[in-house]
Amino acid sequence: MAKPINISTPLSDQDVENLKIGDEVLINGVIYTGRDAAHKRLVDLINEGKELPFDISGQIIYFVGPTPPKPGQVIGSAGPTTSYRMDAYSPYLIARGLKGMIGKGARSQEVVEAMKKYKCVYFAAIGGAGALLAKSIKKAEVIAYEDLGPEAVRRLEVESFPAIVAQDVYGNNLYVEGMKKYAR
Amino acid sequence: MREIEASYISEKVKELCMEANYDLPEDVLLAFQEAKEAEESPLGVSILEQLQRNAEIARNERVPICQDTGFGVVFVELGEDVKISGGSLKEAVTEGVRQGYGEGYLRKSICHPFTRKNTGDNTPPIIHIDLVQGEELKIIVAPKGGGSENMSRVTMLKPSDGIEGIIDFVVNRVKESGGNPCPPIIVGVGIGGTFEYAALLAKKALLRHVGSSNADPELAGLEKDILNKINDLGIGPMGLGGRTTALAVHIEMYPCHIASLPLAVNINCHASRHKEISL
Ligand code: SF4
Repeated sequence: MAKPINISTPLSDQDVENLKIGDEVLINGVIYTGRDAAHKRLVDLINEGKELPFDISGQIIYFVGPTPPKPGQVIGSAGPTTSYRMDAYSPYLIARGLKGMIGKGARSQEVVEAMKKYKCVYFAAIGGAGALLAKSIKKAEVIAYEDLGPEAVRRLEVESFPAIVAQDVYGNNLYVEGMKKYAR
Repeated sequence: MREIEASYISEKVKELCMEANYDLPEDVLLAFQEAKEAEESPLGVSILEQLQRNAEIARNERVPICQDTGFGVVFVELGEDVKISGGSLKEAVTEGVRQGYGEGYLRKSICHPFTRKNTGDNTPPIIHIDLVQGEELKIIVAPKGGGSENMSRVTMLKPSDGIEGIIDFVVNRVKESGGNPCPPIIVGVGIGGTFEYAALLAKKALLRHVGSSNADPELAGLEKDILNKINDLGIGPMGLGGRTTALAVHIEMYPCHIASLPLAVNINCHASRHKEISL
């Protein structure tokens, strides 16, 4: 396997243009969490013409709802949740400058179109590897929607967080290409 | 008559909830190793390796394998000669789940279907009770994640659809699920019974030792056949391409009505968690 590519947030158009499906990356810097309920609230704010609780441009959103941390832990287990449930919301956030999303499972055509138009990349993290992925999270802080519990928006600081480019800004899709390659 | 204290049952259920979420069964770990050795995709091998490391961390540090610590699904086999004292069986199990998810730092994932308001303690659980002979009480806790559960289906085939219809439906279900249920998956298949019973059979099939075969040679052959077809789809670990899509297909069957052919597919992710105890 080729060596993983180190990337740091915030991401520029050029950063995401350099990433191709199948690339293994190590993500460094600040990323934000959000899943179903938080996405609904963020998109409601956009539709009402209001400010988002954090500046989304150049950022990455990680679809995750972690377990509660044990005493002494920064965060509990924190692997990705299935992304298609966020498909209805992601295009709005991408249009606002979101540059990356981390989840699992393929995205819809609407999301792909937005990713191509506004330059955003979709990473797959390893689903069910929550204990391992938590090791790359060095700091976690709830910054919005505390009432949502595991679904609250958190600001995470990550070091060498492993992910794979699953869908790139050119419309390529590893879920389709990978399957083609190994089907019999 | 043998008496068992309700509080003792709660205590055991609590422990099982935690153990199940921290400690992946040996049969699943063995299946990872075998899959890794057979996997042709380098990315697939890398993913399987990380799943092994993840299971090791979870076991050693006693943290959840996956952040989705699931719905508390509990199977109880209650001996007819057992009397529960100091409370009801259902309350005892529910209390055990509440304590296990609280004290074990497990995620609370149960909510109201409309308002989506979280119940806050991962209750209520789903409890399946079977009355059996004797004076033993067996409890199996099988936390079930939402991602793979969402990919599961029940269908009522026509009798004329036959075995071919069954194979097609199961393989297509896995194909359409792609990377969503965190492959490599375990596929539980329930054939026959009624609408709800087929689903229960499929769920029970997931409790079997990974890779074990049905005792009926015809069903054992069908399990193998479907497994090969699924792995030939090329979905691979996490859906990113590879030869390991499913670790096992387990089928359970029951007679059905002359008019029907019920079929259920319950997909489980690689985080195939279940722990049991006999009291
Ligand atoms: S499908 Fe299973 S392994 Fe994947 S996130 Fe859900 S519970 Fe975890």
